Amino acid sequence: MISQIPALQVVIPLIGAPLCIILRRGALPWLVALLVSWVALAMAATLLSQVADGTVISYAIGGWLAPLGIEYRVDVLNALMVLLVAGTSSIVLPFAYKSVAKEIPEDRHYLFYSGFLLMLTGLLGMAITGDAFNVFVFIEISSLSSYAMIAMGRDRRALSAAFTYLVMGTVGATFFLIGVGLIYAVTGTLNMADLAERLPPIHESRTVLAAFAFISVGILLKLALFPLHLWLPNAYTYAPSVVTAFLAATATKVALYLLLRFGYTVFGADFVFNIVPSSEVLLALALAGVVVASTVAIFQNDVKRLLAYSSVAQVGYIVLGISYANVTGLTASIVHIFNHAATKGALFLVMGCIAYAAGACRLESFAGLGKRMPLTMAAFVIGGLSLIGVPLTAGFVSKWYLVLGALEKGWWPVAVVILASSLLAAVYVWRVVEIAYFRDPPTDGPVLSDPPLALLAPTWILTGACVYFGIETSLSVGFSEQAARFLMGGS
Amino acid sequence: MLLILMLIIPLGGAVVISMLDRAPNLRETATLLTAVILFLLNIVLAVDVFDGARPTFEIAGFIPGAPIMLGAEPLGVIFGLIASGLWIVTSVYSIGYMRGKNEANQTRFYTFFSVALACTMGVAYAGNLISLFIFYEALSLSTYPLVTHHNNEAARQGGRTYLGVLLGTSIGLFLFGVLWVWHEAGSVAFVPDGVFGSDANLSLIVPMLALFVFGIGKAGVMPFHRWLPAAMVAPTPVSALLHAVAVVKAGVFSVLKVTTYTFGIDLLAVTPGTDFFLWVAAATILIASIIALRQDNLKRRLAYSTVSQLSYIVLAAMLANSAGIVGGALHIASHAFGKITLFFCAGAIYVAANKTTVSQLKGIGRVMPWTMTFFAIGAISIIGLPPTAGFVSKWYILQGVIDAGQPAIAGVLIISTLLSAAYLMPIVYAAFFQVPEVSGAPSHGEAPLPILIALGASVALTFAMFVFAESALKAAAQITGGI
Amino acid sequence: MEVHGHFNYWIVVVLMMIGFYALIARGNLIKKIVGLNIFQASVFLLFISFGKVSGGSAPIIAEGIQAYSNPLPHVLILTAIVVGVATTALGLALVVRINEAYGTIEENEIAQMDSET
Repeated sequence: MISQIPALQVVIPLIGAPLCIILRRGALPWLVALLVSWVALAMAATLLSQVADGTVISYAIGGWLAPLGIEYRVDVLNALMVLLVAGTSSIVLPFAYKSVAKEIPEDRHYLFYSGFLLMLTGLLGMAITGDAFNVFVFIEISSLSSYAMIAMGRDRRALSAAFTYLVMGTVGATFFLIGVGLIYAVTGTLNMADLAERLPPIHESRTVLAAFAFISVGILLKLALFPLHLWLPNAYTYAPSVVTAFLAATATKVALYLLLRFGYTVFGADFVFNIVPSSEVLLALALAGVVVASTVAIFQNDVKRLLAYSSVAQVGYIVLGISYANVTGLTASIVHIFNHAATKGALFLVMGCIAYAAGACRLESFAGLGKRMPLTMAAFVIGGLSLIGVPLTAGFVSKWYLVLGALEKGWWPVAVVILASSLLAAVYVWRVVEIAYFRDPPTDGPVLSDPPLALLAPTWILTGACVYFGIETSLSVGFSEQAARFLMGGS
Repeated sequence: MLLILMLIIPLGGAVVISMLDRAPNLRETATLLTAVILFLLNIVLAVDVFDGARPTFEIAGFIPGAPIMLGAEPLGVIFGLIASGLWIVTSVYSIGYMRGKNEANQTRFYTFFSVALACTMGVAYAGNLISLFIFYEALSLSTYPLVTHHNNEAARQGGRTYLGVLLGTSIGLFLFGVLWVWHEAGSVAFVPDGVFGSDANLSLIVPMLALFVFGIGKAGVMPFHRWLPAAMVAPTPVSALLHAVAVVKAGVFSVLKVTTYTFGIDLLAVTPGTDFFLWVAAATILIASIIALRQDNLKRRLAYSTVSQLSYIVLAAMLANSAGIVGGALHIASHAFGKITLFFCAGAIYVAANKTTVSQLKGIGRVMPWTMTFFAIGAISIIGLPPTAGFVSKWYILQGVIDAGQPAIAGVLIISTLLSAAYLMPIVYAAFFQVPEVSGAPSHGEAPLPILIALGASVALTFAMFVFAESALKAAAQITGGI
Repeated sequence: MEVHGHFNYWIVVVLMMIGFYALIARGNLIKKIVGLNIFQASVFLLFISFGKVSGGSAPIIAEGIQAYSNPLPHVLILTAIVVGVATTALGLALVVRINEAYGTIEENEIAQMDSET
């Protein structure tokens, strides 16, 4: 049983999805989704404990061995990603019950949970598979379901946001497919481990260069690196609260994982950083993204949208760490993938709580919430501090390693930009905080109060994670550093 | 074990206080009790530390090689004793003040006050540079609700400046400095001779030190002093304890600690270019004094006086000799006693007479003789005349200046003493020797009794430090010699 | 440079550009979907033409045949076509919902209505 976990990790959510449609009545689909994701979490934890010492699990799907069949390969990095995805969905789903009941018509609930499980399947699959084409299939599974989930938002703008995302997402995935086709044409294999062996001798080949360009642009579109982020703000703003929280915490993060996997394992760090000037390109785009997106976030009047722009900026930080091409930078990126997932997950769940109580996340509807919804806003303040990177929150740990990595490279201006952009984050977070605590609530509106425990508890679990990983970093930094060394050493 | 209690007691106190919203008497008892317990713990710890013990306590692993930890040494103990001791006095005062003014949200006030004290203890007993930074930052954030206590537009503006300057300097400069030290020296520990060792690259020291001197915005070195006047929108007990004692002293304390235990005074003494910081501090002393002269709002005048006095300590630290460090440490204490007295008086005048500007104070000494007598004593200590604490500390700073061979700086100190007399003494003169503009029976009397008790206590401390100067000196001398 | 030997690539590139152009330049959402389809189809052709081995037969084992074309790309593209169909279906469904909600499927009109609210 234990040896089948890599396959079950993907198969169980996949079976869960149609089960939701069959059961469709009342709370049953929710229960199925919840159970499935908890089981997935347990499996992910088992996987991580198995690979924590550096072993690599290889699993041949259907018994077909590696070059022909599809191989699932689990090392520390994948196991961490799988844990992140399964963990987020396990925390978000309890929240979903009340939030979805409020935001989505009852006759579509079973479709929602079915779509949610498909999204989970796709993301888990992207993280766990060791086959380049299989990655494409899972990208499309997760993307198609997330387009549908975004379109379930209450505002009609959710539809146009989903359509834009569909077009850009498909272009990205197709670019990825072209790249995969090209490397298949020159190497004759789709298995990542085989590719890693066969690509280095032909690094100078123009086909490989073109393949790398297509694959990386395709992935950068999915992870919303500035200036390929245009789909993200609207999609996050108008999607149902639960979907936004889940996507923000996982979707871009798994795409980042793909960037690392293809950059370091498949093409190899030597090719990516020495033959192609990736470092410079990523550095420039990441810095531009951090500064521009943070600045745009300051001027948003919808808090969900503000946070969406902040996500674009935070993706910039993660890519920045990758661009250093050293262990510290890579550690910073992987740590920030986790810390930012916890932070943004918590913040978007807060948005869910506020949408539940107030119906909207416009800035003016935050007036007086500090008094009316003290627990919700306290979570927002802690999450916000983590975004800024204040000590004792997770965000600080990431920034610490990012700046340290920049200093190791001797890139002083980069270190300055990182610290200065933290202050931009302080401005956009504090705008919200000041309105929530200093402006009196409107006298004519309904009297709001904290949402029920079913919503607060998941929010505070993620908020607690922001604080926990800000104080005790042996888990987050320890595993990230191990993964970073594994990637750098594997090149 | 004792060390972690320094955080747990005030934090636990905050939890208890926050639950006692309905019972103000119990709530204030809890505040006082917490303050007294904390002070006693500090005394117990101080006895140990002056006997030579150097306890440490690791709270969390944090970043490998840089745990969050507490550690006690003489400088920290002095600061811890001052802050926790004056907390008792301030608690008594707050009760009189908050009740006298009938302030709203008193529970929130006492709760965050307690949290702020926990952070101050964290700063005092931070065991390494990264812990110091963390508690320093936590102190900025936990005092924000206190500064913006009135929840109005002025509070929002003041709070914005307060947090903007403090976060901006700490994230932009201080954190950068911490990272740089970590990167260069590979250690953020506090060790008596500094972390750099003998083969340090001297050309890096000055820019690195600049990041600390300016980045520790709480020390109020110009141009990053603006937050202090802005914070005067807070209720007076907050101004008194935090902006005369805990917060600003956390700033100068951090500067002293970093110069002594991260850089090491021996290293700074041989580093070319550190004179620059002496002049920055000297300029801050003079400019702030001149600005103070022109302030009519009493609290703002005191705030600028604080900016000026803080730079005495920064200057003392930058002298990089043991007389300077000892003088700086003593000045933390003497300025704390003197300035808290002055702020208490300002608050007493506001509670009893509802007056906030200097020009309204003519003749007030006849109605509030006790308050104004205390004010005069506090003023004498700030100016630096015997028989008060201020004289002792300024004496040592001056000695440090002479040891360092900086006669021009000595001149600055003398001029600034005259300036501080010029901005404080007219208030005393007006209060006692001028006739009130509005004739007739005074509409108010002396300040409430709790306020007078608190004032008496702080004045007693001012004298005590002069009388027992020798033991204070012995304690401070351990910072540089007794390790 | 060999031109007609690579004719399959030329067809792919031309088709891809046509599809991409329609995707970017057309304001009508249906036309965008059509453009997306052409774009994807060009990639399918790219894969399938990789698999052709000159002189090779269809990959079915039979007497007297030595060379077979590579069947793997065909299998891959079968999957990709399914994905493409699903994308098109979902895209068209979204267009229908957009038409219901906005009363138009022209991109600029939708953008204008969004900016008004």
